[in-house]
Amino acid sequence: MAAPLTLLLIVAVTIRAVLFRSSWAELISERVEVVSPLNAWKRVVEGLALLDLGVSPYSGDVFHETPFMIYLFHFVVDYAEIVFMVTDGITAVALYLSIQTYNKNVFRKQKYALESDRYPADCLELLRSPKEMFYIPLKVAMFYLLNPFTILSCVAKSTCGLNNAIIALFILCTLKGSALLSGILLALATYQSIYPLTLFAPALLFFLQRLYIPVNLRRSSFWFFTLQYAFIYVGSLVVITGLSFFLLGSWDFIPSVYGFIFSVPDLTPNIGLFWYFFAEMFEHFRLFFICVFQINVFFYTIPLSIKLKEHPVFLIFMQIAIISIFKSYPTVGDVALYMAFLPAWSHLYRFLRNIFLVSCVLLACSALFPVLWHLWIYAGSANSNFYYAITLLFNFGQVKSLNLISHFT
Amino acid sequence: MGLLSDPSRRKVLTGLLTRLNTPICIVCYLAGIVWFMGLAFEPFTLRTYMSENAMGSTMVEERFSSGERALSLAKEFDAHKRKAGGMPVEWLVKAMQSRGLEVFTQSFSRKLPFPDENKERYMVRGTNVYGILRAPRAPRTEALVITAPCSPGNTNNQAVALLLALAQYFRNQIYWAKDIIFLVNEHDLIGTQAWLEGYHHTNITGMEYSPLQGRAGSIQAALSLELSSDVITSLDLVLEGLNGQLPNLDLANLFYAFCQKLGVLCTIQGKLQRNDWDTAEGYTHAAQTMMLMVLKQACGRSWGDHGLFLRYHIEAASVRGINSFRHYKTDATTIGRLLEGMVRKLNNLLERLHQSYFFYLLPSLSRFVSIGYYMPAFGLLAVILLLRALDLWVHLGAPALAPSCHCFSVSLQPSSPGVLTVLTPVVISHLTGVALYLLPVHLQEMAVEHFPVSETEAVVLTAIAIYTAGLALPHNTQRYTHRLILMQFILRYMFTLLKLTALLYLAVLLGCTALINFSLGFILAVTLVPITASITPHMPKALYALVMVLLSPAFTILYCVFIYQELIEAPVSVSEGWMLFLSVISQGILDHALYGSLVYPLLALFIYPCWLMFWNILFWN
Repeated sequence: MAAPLTLLLIVAVTIRAVLFRSSWAELISERVEVVSPLNAWKRVVEGLALLDLGVSPYSGDVFHETPFMIYLFHFVVDYAEIVFMVTDGITAVALYLSIQTYNKNVFRKQKYALESDRYPADCLELLRSPKEMFYIPLKVAMFYLLNPFTILSCVAKSTCGLNNAIIALFILCTLKGSALLSGILLALATYQSIYPLTLFAPALLFFLQRLYIPVNLRRSSFWFFTLQYAFIYVGSLVVITGLSFFLLGSWDFIPSVYGFIFSVPDLTPNIGLFWYFFAEMFEHFRLFFICVFQINVFFYTIPLSIKLKEHPVFLIFMQIAIISIFKSYPTVGDVALYMAFLPAWSHLYRFLRNIFLVSCVLLACSALFPVLWHLWIYAGSANSNFYYAITLLFNFGQVKSLNLISHFT
Repeated sequence: MGLLSDPSRRKVLTGLLTRLNTPICIVCYLAGIVWFMGLAFEPFTLRTYMSENAMGSTMVEERFSSGERALSLAKEFDAHKRKAGGMPVEWLVKAMQSRGLEVFTQSFSRKLPFPDENKERYMVRGTNVYGILRAPRAPRTEALVITAPCSPGNTNNQAVALLLALAQYFRNQIYWAKDIIFLVNEHDLIGTQAWLEGYHHTNITGMEYSPLQGRAGSIQAALSLELSSDVITSLDLVLEGLNGQLPNLDLANLFYAFCQKLGVLCTIQGKLQRNDWDTAEGYTHAAQTMMLMVLKQACGRSWGDHGLFLRYHIEAASVRGINSFRHYKTDATTIGRLLEGMVRKLNNLLERLHQSYFFYLLPSLSRFVSIGYYMPAFGLLAVILLLRALDLWVHLGAPALAPSCHCFSVSLQPSSPGVLTVLTPVVISHLTGVALYLLPVHLQEMAVEHFPVSETEAVVLTAIAIYTAGLALPHNTQRYTHRLILMQFILRYMFTLLKLTALLYLAVLLGCTALINFSLGFILAVTLVPITASITPHMPKALYALVMVLLSPAFTILYCVFIYQELIEAPVSVSEGWMLFLSVISQGILDHALYGSLVYPLLALFIYPCWLMFWNILFWN
């Protein structure tokens, strides 16, 4: 299986390299769908310049990356294109390996269940054949690497690709069963963009399931492991934050990164739901509605964890998708990460109602984003309502597709 | 979504849609056409009204009275133009300076990708002269532009002279709150393009020009004045700009209001307004006017100097004096007053024109059709594509659900070699499109060497040759697919998949086009939808190949040429029509290279490859 994956990586890198060299790169890096104020490369460059001048990069209102990110690019800024291509490669390989591991587990379980005759006769056709399973990891990697969304995001040098890589590595470590690495990477992902915090619950559920510890609040083994994992997570989070403090010598980055994510001061249009609402809203309702909007990302963790506690990997997928829909500055790079998982649930496709409708909606919206942007900003003949209508429709498509998939798991 | 979530009802709905698919599609198509034709019927349209408060209630009194002086100035200008053999720059600079304007010049040069045979130019060199009248009453942050092209021959002398007379008159008024720029541009659109790019510090099209020495504030609106003959009987308003963009409807309303006030005969598309909407002639007249607007908008070129302003967010229109209604005569004083009134109203603007519509069609100057009324006509056509796609989807999905065809459903998995098979025609079609886009201009030198044709002919004929050569491609892909897949049912499945892809692609493409340029999207939909919706490999090949070719994008252009000539009451014979068709293609390519019109790349890179995909389906087996 290494050969097709290598081929895929080569194709993906070639496409990106060609696009980096073409005149499109500049255009793509300006698109609001691809870069957000959080991860635009222009802002990274600005932050680096400020750092070089000995000014705190957070002193203006431009730079919102974490201190780790700026120090990373401090060393590799000349090789930025290579870094972004390699990052995408790492994400794809990590996804490939994790889905491979996941499939092995599923297949083993399916075999035991078959041997003990636990499946009713009419669901036999739902079983996954080894041939099907064999290609799924490759398809996942392909869905990530050749997805136009990922390619755009990479060519725009959006740091979203790096966040995706961290999350993909976290999933890999979790599925491989390494609680320590998983906790550390989850802390790193949280440090990068707060929202992956909600992945704590599925990861914990996965480890509990793997170690055959029942989710029972009265069992000491449950509490022991939960505290252990929580300690790894919180401990690494504290260490990482502390390190950032020592790197910069100030706590400036807390309001500038996390405050910026939570209070949504930048209302540049994007594919998310926040900008239009907060641009229209009276100032004194702002705090209330920020709470209402932000709670969406976190709140669904509880019901989903209860409902899907038998399927933690699927729960991870759901959480990533929910984050990418409800986060304050979403970009197409976030969407690409959860779309990569779709082949993993391909055995459900034949039961998905309205999948045609949903894919048409997503397809049409992706084409209409630039068109309506052009009409609004350049031609001046349309207005923000046109663009927001497409944003709403796009998010409706995403929610509906999640709804469909979750219905049948 | 309740209807779609309930499985049994959903089944009934999809069953109904698949069973009645063809009748529904036919009804939708006819309804779309009827709806569109109904738009010109007066009771279905809205009366135009002035939305902008700042231009509404305060009618001003026009006092401009130096029409006679303008006529003598025109003679003087003509004499100097003859002497200079082009634009009399020095005389113009002096004339403007003596009227108290700040005068600047800008020189520009542009080499066309190939010679323009309509206007007989290749290496273009010219100078723009403009004078700025500084606003006495307000900070100079906003400006208005009045432009008159200085064209060769003695066609537009009156317009330039009127411009100068207006400048003299405006200079003595105290109420100006916006700077007024009087621009005399050479080589019509190329000059305007150079000036606008210089003013806004952009360079989109690779034009060489000297930087502007003086500038005013941000331009709020622009009027272009063209008086093609010495005797003016009526004024025509031209709105269609680059890529089918239109100025705010309030600008048209303003023009109409002042024509009414001054009793000037005004037309749109060269057609007078009629009041007998309830007779057949009245309706035909309105429909013709609207069709002319649709055709002009669809071709995406700028129909006057105003068209390039629109790209910079500047509302602009051309006022064109024509001599075609014998018993009327409009003197220069009246035209001057009309412009004075319009400029004074624009001077009152507090913000950019934004109140009224940007998407409209005009069956007459006093009636308009807004986007909400005309979009359903397009929607009815586009929904056919979606219905057909849904039908195909249901057929694709049906065998996969039956347990007996398990081996079949495995082959339906998206990773099977099938996707690659579908990808081949898609990629080949698009490569043909890229060739059609790039080769004509780049191969002209080679073509001129080997064939006895001029450069322009070479470009056009190369384009037609590549277009025709593209039709030969399906046989290649088809042989390729044969080797790859032998089983008949998979082959059948593949063509369905290709058709599904192509239908969705076309739907998205037409939808996006119709949003930016409704007319273009609608015309393409009218010709492409019927054949693309009905095409399958199991049809009589020769007959359907002929029908497909007759409804292909190139033939659509040809029909448009004939219909346009018919509508402007200058019908042409077949051979003249063919020559016009060739010049339309060369103009389209030139418009793309010179001003960035998007119609040629759209047709070459997207619509034509999409049509080729359907051509592939016809020759699938």
